[in-house]
Amino acid sequence: MGKQRVKFVFEENLVKQPVIYLLGQKFKIVTNIRRAEVGEDMGWVVLELDGDEPEIKRGLEWVSSTGVRVDPLGGDVIDG
Amino acid sequence: MAFLNGLKCRECGREYPAEPLNVCEFCFGPLEVVYDYATISEVVSWDSIAKGPLSIWRYKDLLPAEGDDPVDIMAGFTPLLKAKGLGKTLGLNNLYIKNDSVNPSFSFKDRVVSVAATKALEFGYETIACASTGNLACSVAAHCARAGVRAVVFIPSDLEKGKIIGAAIYNPVLVSVDGTYDEVNRLCSELADDYPWAFVNINMRPYYAEGSKTLGYEVAEQLGWRVPDHVVVPSASGAMFTKIWKGLNELACLGLLDGVERSSFGVDQNTVHHPAVTTKMHMQQAEGCSPIATAWNSNQSQVIPVRPDSLAKSLAIGNPADGIYALKVIEKSGGSAYAVPESDIVDGIKLLAETEGIFTETAGGVTVSGLKHLAESGAIKPDELTVVYITGNGLKTQEAVEHVVNPLSIKPSIRSFEEVFEGGK
Repeated sequence: MGKQRVKFVFEENLVKQPVIYLLGQKFKIVTNIRRAEVGEDMGWVVLELDGDEPEIKRGLEWVSSTGVRVDPLGGDVIDG
Repeated sequence: MAFLNGLKCRECGREYPAEPLNVCEFCFGPLEVVYDYATISEVVSWDSIAKGPLSIWRYKDLLPAEGDDPVDIMAGFTPLLKAKGLGKTLGLNNLYIKNDSVNPSFSFKDRVVSVAATKALEFGYETIACASTGNLACSVAAHCARAGVRAVVFIPSDLEKGKIIGAAIYNPVLVSVDGTYDEVNRLCSELADDYPWAFVNINMRPYYAEGSKTLGYEVAEQLGWRVPDHVVVPSASGAMFTKIWKGLNELACLGLLDGVERSSFGVDQNTVHHPAVTTKMHMQQAEGCSPIATAWNSNQSQVIPVRPDSLAKSLAIGNPADGIYALKVIEKSGGSAYAVPESDIVDGIKLLAETEGIFTETAGGVTVSGLKHLAESGAIKPDELTVVYITGNGLKTQEAVEHVVNPLSIKPSIRSFEEVFEGGK
């Protein structure tokens, strides 16, 4: 079992999609939302995922495939 | 000694000891350093600063690391030049250039890395790491060489060799990652959780970012302990932008600006705005990676991440960690944000070189073109005191301006020379 902290960013057309619910249904992953904001143009959620590492990887690939942007917590770490 | 009380979450306010942490365990918000300003105000003065070294460590009482034996390659205290040539071209009579391209590894990153490396050694780390496409890698490798500790630098595998030579020469462990920008980002975040290393902009980030405050301190000191009317700053993550603002406000609250009485930092020392700090903060981003400028100019309360596609690689952070805080600084200061067209970047590099004799990298081209826009739009009045920050050296991005090499070709004779050189005049 492992834990991973991530940020999901939903653009306007995806805000109404139950992506986090489906992530928990489709994969053996426990989702734990810590902070979120939904605005007119976009929404974001920071959450912790708990599960087997390969399962989390598959789950995040699925989330990305829906069009939701998946980022590490705290923004980009590659710097100029 | 370092006068810090610990760390505090910028979102929920929970407090933590001064440890290698960057995220609140409760709400996952970013952590910031909290200082003991009451004690600092008793020890810091113009005199104490003047007695310090000609580096960022002259401000050691205001930095979150022990300043008595820092990892110091003499970062900072870079020139502040009156820009007569550029000013004349832009119609600005009171323009100054903060030339941070002359730092030891040729970018402002030496400021932040010097603080992060010093703090990393305090914590007992023996390896300092980063993920970078250029300037940060050079600075981390150089500071590790100075400190005698191991540097591990992660780079995307498609990075041009020329971009990394300035780091490789210091003999770090160089790891080339065969993956997309997003994959490299993700890998490094995971490694930071798994390895007992000091990642300068991950678990060292609260300390690392504070190094940029010195860009504010130095300008104020070099102007005779006063603040400019405007500053023009390039921005990637937004951290440097917010820290320049924080630095100016710290000086004001500590009574270190000329004619300004010491005052309270209020409830939240990281968001304090002293009325004496009238500086307007102007952020410049390249159009190909301008999430913060886009949010500001669209009145969005959130910064929507983008995938970078810009000539200005050192500004190419698509998901800026401090974006939302930078928006607040723009608002508080009455400043602005501008997305400089990609086609104007090289023009900005050339304009600075031809008018001031300073060769800057692509980020500087963004900044100078942004300054030109501000001058032409009337946002900066001709006699207002303006400082433009040039944060990196042109030798790092020479390929961007290769086309300027266009010599007059002659035979080895006076006649041949006079045939091509303006008719011999």
